[in-house]
Amino acid sequence: MAVTGSQTATVTLPTDEQILITREFDAPKQLVWQAFTTPELVRRWWSAKRGEMTIADIDLRVGGKWRYVMVTEDGMEVGFHGEYREVVPGERIVSTETYEGVPPEVSEEDATTINTASFEEADGRTTLTILVQAGSKETRDAIVASGMEDGLQDALDLLEEVAVSLR
Amino acid sequence: MARAATTTDAFNAIAEPRRRQIVDALSGGERPVNDLVRALGLNQPQVSKHLRVLREVGVVDVRDEGRQRLYRLNGRALKPIHDWVKSYEQTWSERFDELDVVLQELKEKEEGDGSDG
Repeated sequence: MAVTGSQTATVTLPTDEQILITREFDAPKQLVWQAFTTPELVRRWWSAKRGEMTIADIDLRVGGKWRYVMVTEDGMEVGFHGEYREVVPGERIVSTETYEGVPPEVSEEDATTINTASFEEADGRTTLTILVQAGSKETRDAIVASGMEDGLQDALDLLEEVAVSLR
Repeated sequence: MARAATTTDAFNAIAEPRRRQIVDALSGGERPVNDLVRALGLNQPQVSKHLRVLREVGVVDVRDEGRQRLYRLNGRALKPIHDWVKSYEQTWSERFDELDVVLQELKEKEEGDGSDG
C-alpha cells in the first residue's frame, strides 16, 4: 500500500535565476540519502509515474557522471545528465544538470543548471532542499514551464486510476 | 533579438527585481507611495515608474484617498504566475510521493534488521 498523507513540495523562486524546492520526509536523513543516490531506488520514484526509467546511472564522486532517462507512456525519451561537483555523504550534493531535449539552437550551457541538494534532519524527519541555479532567467523560466503538461498529466492520472482499479 | 516589452504581461512586469520588491511590499496590504519609497530606498520618480508598469499589466490597482495615492495588489493578475509555479510544484510533489513509498520500505527493512541484532 502507498503511504498516504503526502504533503506537497514547496517551490519558490528566490531570484531570477533560481528555483528552490523543499520537502520534508518522515525518515532519517541516511535513508533519504540512500533513496536519493541508489540507482535501483531512484528508478522507483524519479519518474513520478510519468513513465518508466530506463537509465539511472550514478557515479557518486566529485567529477563522476550521472544520467537519468525515462520513457513516457507515448514513447518520448526524456533524459538528463550531469556531473557531481561536491559530495558530502548524508549532507549535500552539488551537481550539474543538463536537459537533453532542448532544441539544437540552445547551447549546452543554456540547458545546464547547477543543483544543490541538502539533507537536514530534525526529530527523525528530514528536510530536503534542492536549489536549482540556472545561468539565465530564460533558462529558469523554461524549466518551470516544463511542468505545464496538463494533457500528459491528465492522461497519466487516468491511467493511474485504471491501474489502481486492477489491483 | 526581439525582447518582450516589460509591459506585455505580468510575467515580464515582475521580472524586474525592484518591481518584485514592490509586489512583496504590497503583499501585506494597501500602502501609500511614500511608504513604498521609504521601504525600497529609491526615489519617488523611480518608484512611480515601476508602479506605472505594474499598473499597466494590472498587477497593482490604485485609488486616491484625500491627498494620498494608495496602491494594492491585484491577486487575479498574479494568478497566472501562481499557476505556472504550481504546475512545476505538482511534478515534484508527485515525485516525492513516490519517494515516500521507497522511504517507508527502507524504514521497515531497517526496523526488521534492528530487531534481529
